[in-house]
Order: sequence, then C-alpha cells, then structure tokens
Amino acid sequence: MLYYVMRRFVYMLILLWVLSIVSFIIIQLPPGDFLSSYVIRLARSGQLVDKAQLLSLRKRYGLDLPIYVQYFKWIWNILHGNLGMSFMYNVPVTKLVGERLAFTVTISIFTLIFTYVVAIPIGIYSATHQYSVGDNAFTTIGFIGLATPNFLLALVLMFLFFKCFGLSIGGLFSPEYIWAPWSIGKIIDMLKHFPIPIIVIGTAGTAGLIRVMRGCLLDELQKQYVITARAKGVGERTLLFKYPVRIAVNPIISTIGWMLPLIVSGETITAIVLSLPTTGPLLFDALKSQDMFLAASIVMILGFLTVTGTFLSDILLAWMDPRIRYERQGR
Amino acid sequence: MRKKNKISAEEKYYIASQWQLMWRKFKKHKLAMLGGSILAIFYILAIFCEFFSPYDIYKRYPDYIYAPPQRIHFFDEEGDFHLRPFVYGIKQETDPVTWVTKYSEDEANKYPIYFFVHGDEYKLWNLFPTDIHLFGVEKSGTIFLFGTEDMGRDLFSRNLYAARISLSIGLIGVALTFIIGVILGGISGYYGGAADMIIQRVIEFLISIPVIPLWMALAAALPKDWPMIKVYFGIIIILSLIGWGGLARVVRGKFLQLREEDFCMAAKMAGAGETRIITRHLLPSFLSYLIVNLTLAIPGMILGETALSFLGLGLRPPAVSWGVLLYKAQNIRTVVLYPWIFFPALFVIITVLTFNFLGDGLRDAADPYK
Repeated sequence: MLYYVMRRFVYMLILLWVLSIVSFIIIQLPPGDFLSSYVIRLARSGQLVDKAQLLSLRKRYGLDLPIYVQYFKWIWNILHGNLGMSFMYNVPVTKLVGERLAFTVTISIFTLIFTYVVAIPIGIYSATHQYSVGDNAFTTIGFIGLATPNFLLALVLMFLFFKCFGLSIGGLFSPEYIWAPWSIGKIIDMLKHFPIPIIVIGTAGTAGLIRVMRGCLLDELQKQYVITARAKGVGERTLLFKYPVRIAVNPIISTIGWMLPLIVSGETITAIVLSLPTTGPLLFDALKSQDMFLAASIVMILGFLTVTGTFLSDILLAWMDPRIRYERQGR
Repeated sequence: MRKKNKISAEEKYYIASQWQLMWRKFKKHKLAMLGGSILAIFYILAIFCEFFSPYDIYKRYPDYIYAPPQRIHFFDEEGDFHLRPFVYGIKQETDPVTWVTKYSEDEANKYPIYFFVHGDEYKLWNLFPTDIHLFGVEKSGTIFLFGTEDMGRDLFSRNLYAARISLSIGLIGVALTFIIGVILGGISGYYGGAADMIIQRVIEFLISIPVIPLWMALAAALPKDWPMIKVYFGIIIILSLIGWGGLARVVRGKFLQLREEDFCMAAKMAGAGETRIITRHLLPSFLSYLIVNLTLAIPGMILGETALSFLGLGLRPPAVSWGVLLYKAQNIRTVVLYPWIFFPALFVIITVLTFNFLGDGLRDAADPYK
C-alpha cells in the first residue's frame, strides 16, 4: 500500500510540474511581453513612458533575464504563495481568485454528489427493467444529455425559464444578497440557486455514468452466481443489492478520475453563460483583456485541483479495493 | 461460373472478409444506420453548401431584420393543393406603441419555389464560377427558411456554410489527432523504456486536467490579426494537441498486447523490419478499433470549436461556424424574441447525437466477441 501511495505521489508531482510548464507557456504565448502591452495601454490613455523607466520596469519584473530563469523565479514565487499581479485589476491574483475558487469547489463537489446520487439508482433501474418504457426513456434522455454541450443546455434552460416564468436564472444569489455579509439567509439563498448550475454541469456526466452502470449491472446479472442464488430462493431485492450492484458500482467509483476534470471543465463554461461568481467568468475576462498572469494562474489552480482530487480518489479506491492495489502494482 | 453462383448464404459467411462481416453486423444496428445516413446528408449539404443555400451569406436584406422563418406551403388560403410548393411574402408592421417590427405572412403575394434557379453568383469550392442554386423564388420575393439575423442575412444559407466549417473541423482535427496519437502511442507501446515513461506522463497530464480552461487560454493566445484560415487551423491544432491523449493510450495498450502475439514473432522470424511489422501486421489488426475511437472523438472536436467560438475566443466573423452563429444567442432576451437564431444549436446536437449512434454501431460491429 505504502509503495503504491508513494508511486502515485511521485506521479502527481510530475503532473504538477508539467502543469506549471504549460501555465508558464500560456503566460509567454501572446506576442510581446505584458510590459509592451502595458506600455501600449498607457500610450493610448495619453501617458508617455520614457525609455529609462521602461528599462527599470523590465528589470524589476525580470523580463531581461533568460526564459528559464524567469520560469524559476515564477515557480519560486508560486511556491511561496505569490501568484503574481493581475494587470487588469492591479491586485494580487490570490486575492481575486480566493472566494471564487471556494464557489468553484463547492459547486463541483455538489455536482459530483448529484451525478452519483442520480446515476446509480437510474442505472440499477434501467438494468433490472431492460427495454421497459422507463429504460428506453432514460436511454433517450441520456443520449440527448450526452450530446448537448452544457453551455447549450444552460442557454435552453435560461430560455425556458425566461419564456415560461419571466425569470432570469443567472447568478448564485438574489440581488439583495450579492453584497451582503455571510449569514444563514445568504447560504439558504445560495442553495436555492444551486440546482440549475448543478443540473447543467452534471447532466453529461450523469448520462455517461448511467450507461456504464447499466452495462456493468447487466453483465453481472447474467452470471452464474446470480442464477444460483435465485435458485436457492434468495429474495430479488437482497439478491440484487448484496452482490451484483456492489460489483457494478466499482468501475463507476473509479471514474472519479475523469469525472473531476469533466466537471471542472463544464463548470468553467457554464459559469460564464449563467454568470456565476466562480473562476470561470474571471478566466474569461482575464483572457479577453490578455491578463495572462491571472489567466495562467486560474488554469493552473483548476489543474492543480483536479490532479490532487484524482490522486486522493485513487488512494481512497486502492484503500477500499485491494484488487486495484495489486493490479496497478503489476503494471 | 455456374458453381460460383451457387454459394449458399452460409458459405458466404465463411468466405467473407473482416470488413464484410463488420458491414453485415453494422447493417443490423438500426440507430447507427440512421445516424450514418443523417451524417451523410449533413456532409453532402456542407460540401455543396454554395449550391444548396439560396442566398449569398454576406448579402444583407436591410428590410428584413430578424424576419421569422418562412413556411413552405402546399395548400393556399382557400385550401387548394399546389404541386409546386410556395411561400407567402413577408408583411411588416411596426407596433405604434413599442416600435417593435412585426412580420406576418402576406397571403396576397405567393412566390412559387423553383428548382435550379439562377441566383447570387458564387464559386463552388472557390473554383467553378456559377449562379445555379438548388431552389429559390423570383427576385421580388424572398425565401428565408430559417429566418434572418440582426443584419438581415439569410440564416438558412449561413447555417449551411457554418456546417462546412464545423463539420470539417471535426474531420481534420481527428485526422491530426490520429497522426499524433498513433505515432506517439506506437512509440510508447512498441519501444517502451524512457520514451514510454515520458509519453505516459504527458498523456496522464492531458487526461487529468480540465480541457475547456486550457482550450480557452490557448485560443485566446492566437493573434487577433490572423486571417480566417490561419485561425481555423490554429483552433484545430489546439484541439488536437490536447485531444490525442486518449487515442495514444488505446494505441499503446494494443501495441503492448499485440507485440507479444505469435504472428508478430513469426513476422520477426521471417526477417521483417520494424516498419513493416508495425504497418503491415500491427496497425491493420486494430484498425477497426481505432476507427471506432476516432468516430467517437469527432463530436468532441466539433463541440470544442463550437464552445470556443460561442465564447468569442475561437473563430470570429466574417467566418461562419455554428459556434460563431450561436455567439449572438448569448443574450437570452434576443433568443426569446427571435428563437430561430437558436437553429445552429439544433444542428450541433443532432450532429453529436448521430456521431454517437454511428460510433456505437461501429463498436458493436468491430467487436468480434459479441
């Protein structure tokens, strides 16, 4: 077990290192460095920048250094909790991202729970009532759910709500709570706004999980031990939940690894459409105004979240299921 | 000659090639056949979009801003049947209070639909100048099957042109993914060692991070002054650079499994070189499997482009893709007033759905154990 955890941990560190390089590339990608675009912006607003000042700025931000030195400086700062400054807002990135990140994490976790709570029962129902009306209905809905990208689903839901109830459903808070300090009322208000984003983000994943659950359970139900148990007179309910469901749930649990990136990814674009106060819209604004430090930091934080989340879920799984431990060791 | 004709159905089954067997199985999958046919129609529409669309996509009709879709009629207002379908003219009134322009059918003016008519001039595939369109009405009338948008341009034509860009992004993107995935996955699986270790970590990275934020960041970094065609390929490269991981993993797994097989050893014994073993023995043995994976990867590409363009980070006007058209549907009030600007969404959903059906059918057909 310890060996497995150590190995996974080293892999995670490697992933995080690759992630940091990719984020650094994102910062470097736009033509010219951020100072030159800063100068252009200053010039546009009528201010003049003289060469000496520019040089000193360049030195201060370390832009005259070779690129790998810049990378190490940047990494060093990040390891000390300093993600750099946002040019758009002129405040430290950590300050901007903090609260929004909390919302992102909360919504993602709720979505994850929603996905499993909805997908597993429906999967069981579909498998035990194969080709019934209900199964076919869920299959159809599932296919459409898989095919509809979440930003379109968000638009459709917004459209329906607006058309039928005259409501606009964006945001996480009612207007009176947006700037209010945290209170029980604000939390309740926030929870009331949760269902729509969660449904929008979770649908695709749920649809996929229902298919997996249904397929696995169908395979299990055909196996000999089920027939044996039935022949011995075990009740249908006990028969179903005691073994086949528990086995069929296993591959589902191990999908957390790809569910998490999917959810965070979907959350980003859904939040932009529904204007939720999460990291998605912030990233969008940062990209539109070429605020690359902020943008790269958000990409990196989101990547960090999913990589560590996957690591934790892997450890949890290995702890729960010895088969995974051994299988992965062998590989 | 006579003997050949007498081969029974059973015998045919045994002498059929792998691909014939797969086709036979595939034909039984009704949904996949349906999906395949719809996709074939979509691609034909996209390839000949200049011919199928009645109007030039940049031609403005300032008198018809946000005109609703015109319906095709077979029966006129008196209930008489016409073999040649027709559309009514558009009547517009301005509401005296709200100043909203309202359009309605003008039953006094009937415009029969003619086929193979002369209309706006165009160059098919930028090569053959002509002005023949599949259908159209007289110059005095209009035929806006999907309505018009905020500049009075025909949305049906724009949707068809958009199909060309959106659908081709899926194919070219997947082709690129295929090349990267097979090469890197092949190296990883066939040679192993340090290369395998590095490629595996990169794949793991690509699979374990959220793609949309990364797409957004990379797409936003494309220079704003790039011409349309460069942005188009830029987007494709971004989508494939991030998307090859899954395929490479499949290829690697198959290589690992197959290189130990007897036929591979036999080929080596017979003195075949590595290139020959890979291209003649290994690749064909899991090509069908790869094709399934590729089919299922296409909708992801199409959705990626749509999402980026929808946000305004991907293709930008004057290019038209479904995502670019949907950009205008961001404002929900506009959609409520003019629901027909939502048509591209329908196309996207149908395309993704049919690709999934097709992929499902192909998977069942390619799986020899079912």
